[in-house]
Amino acid sequence: MKQAIGKLLWWFEERLELRTSLWTVMRHPIPRDLRTQVGWLYVFGSTAMTLFVLQIVTGIGLGMVYVPSAGEAYESLEHINYNVELGWMLRAIHNWSANGMVVLVVVHMTQVFLMGAYKYPRELTWMVGVVLLLLTVGMAFTGQVLRWDADSYWGLGVGVAMVGRIPWIGPELVELMLGGPSVGSATLSRFFALHVFVIPGLLFSALAVHLYLVVRKGISEPPQPDEPVDPATYEEKYEAKLKTGDPFFPDVFLRDAAFIGLTLLVVVGVSAILGPDGPGIPPDPTLMHVEPVPDWYFLPAFAVLALSPPSLETAIILIAPVIGVGIMLLLPVFSGTGQRSWRRRPVAVLVVIACFLCYGVLWELGVQEPWSPHMTAWSGEPVPPHMLKGLSPKELQGAAVLQQKTCRNCHALDGLGGQRGPDLTDVATRLTRDQLIRQVIQGGGNMPAYGKELNRFEVEALVSFLETCKPKGYAAAESSVVTDRAD
Amino acid sequence: MNTHTGDPPPAEATTTRRGFMEYFSWLLLAAGSVAAAIPILGFFLGPVLKPRQDEWVDFGPLADFPENSTRLVDVLNPLREKNDGMTGKLAAYVRRIEGESFQIFSTHCTHLGCPVSWFQESGLYMCPCHGGVYYEDGGHASGPPPRGLYEFEHRINDGRLVVKLGHLPTLQDPGSADVSGETS
Repeated sequence: MKQAIGKLLWWFEERLELRTSLWTVMRHPIPRDLRTQVGWLYVFGSTAMTLFVLQIVTGIGLGMVYVPSAGEAYESLEHINYNVELGWMLRAIHNWSANGMVVLVVVHMTQVFLMGAYKYPRELTWMVGVVLLLLTVGMAFTGQVLRWDADSYWGLGVGVAMVGRIPWIGPELVELMLGGPSVGSATLSRFFALHVFVIPGLLFSALAVHLYLVVRKGISEPPQPDEPVDPATYEEKYEAKLKTGDPFFPDVFLRDAAFIGLTLLVVVGVSAILGPDGPGIPPDPTLMHVEPVPDWYFLPAFAVLALSPPSLETAIILIAPVIGVGIMLLLPVFSGTGQRSWRRRPVAVLVVIACFLCYGVLWELGVQEPWSPHMTAWSGEPVPPHMLKGLSPKELQGAAVLQQKTCRNCHALDGLGGQRGPDLTDVATRLTRDQLIRQVIQGGGNMPAYGKELNRFEVEALVSFLETCKPKGYAAAESSVVTDRAD
Repeated sequence: MNTHTGDPPPAEATTTRRGFMEYFSWLLLAAGSVAAAIPILGFFLGPVLKPRQDEWVDFGPLADFPENSTRLVDVLNPLREKNDGMTGKLAAYVRRIEGESFQIFSTHCTHLGCPVSWFQESGLYMCPCHGGVYYEDGGHASGPPPRGLYEFEHRINDGRLVVKLGHLPTLQDPGSADVSGETS
């Protein structure tokens, strides 16, 4: 029996010749320096790739039950969540593994950048890696569309509004993107095609090139300070290192195996505990009370769009991404040699810190959304009772006007309410009566004018109330210029 | 080409025939590719090559719209496709100023297309995404939007309000009524 199996295997081997092809690739030598703890920094790429494979497997499963039709997608997602055996789990794994893939791709990239692994002779590996990052982000966005809830619907609207700003051809590109004049069945179908066929195909191809280059050019050795890369001597030194190297499989791969296993456990665990993401509110264009928010990785972009000056906005939307991607792609062209160790590259370290700091701060702002009115604050957040104690009827009426006229959507009292405008709890210490009246009637400083919406009695009452908005014992604001007042 | 083996064939006779075959092969390949590419490209560019124009939609009798008020009206998108489901619906804000004087607004914020909510109490439209605010007449009140709300063309037929809409308005391709919205 054993002999028969051996014979059969040999029959295949004679034809496939894997021992001299695949096996030598699996056994390609890795510099010994990876034996130390630094070797743990080399596991992120392979783990990101594993999650990609997991995406394909779960994606195929979802593709068997998901209906990519605008009229049925939402219900088919609910069907997967509630009726299909383990459908919820598959959706959860697909979602959390996608999140993990985005994170790992960025971590992998950061590690490669900090360790100077993108320098000679691995410049092209980095460039293809940048392409892989873009494709991963593309998968994330198109996947978010397939969730086909209100967030996807209005997320498409945001995408369309951005594309629509491209000079001259904007409107045509919008129609191409949507597959018609508005978001509908053609839109979902083409994003399905992108998410399931086009981008994964490109990702596969780019990944093949990436892997080919990794094997061909060898894994970069951990950088030593003061051992700069010199194209004239690098290959020779590296070849010498490989003579004493460890085979990738199984020796070096053990670390990857451990980290991949751990990551899979985390993904499955998180999926089992947190479950799938959505679908949220149905994608009904007549439901106005939705507050679209992008998936977490796009929150910094969401914040940038709220905070950038209007005059620069179109430029920021259209040109900044091109510059950013251009810098990443061309990085090894203008810094492809020299020091690799981060200990000798303070600017590189600063760049990484600055990028993550910006991303983190913008992300936090994206979560807080201080620029968005709180749509239900006017009816949902009452005036704190302590601010009403001992007020005159006119002042109480003013508090009612403040609520009724939706001021609270943008103005907080005691920290409750919108953050768009200043908190009004202490407003009387900042603005005089005249300034309050002017601000209410004329608006300005990003506040709408209420002159048309409030009659003089309402303004009078509102300002009377606002004049009481100061902490006990504090003086009211005084005008620095004394003018002749009729009253 | 044939430099390694035997005598080279008589140059002129074969090169002309081979030359022709080479030329013809390339030509055939090019023709075939172009023939395949034209319909494929045409298919992909379909939405642009054959754009669909907005159409008139009945919004109901004038009596449905009290003077000096703004209402959200749900209709079916005239350009919807068979499988659009609920995305084939469309909403627009109808403001009746007085008599037969109307303004019809898109629900899409002009900043980045999010859905604006109408607040009768303060006479404002507010956008939940980046805090754009518009006045009752659609004019820009505050926040990042670069212009006022998009408006749709409308007319009154036999005491009924009809509105021309369908496509998703964007900055360079606003609603059917071409107004800048800078009315306030």
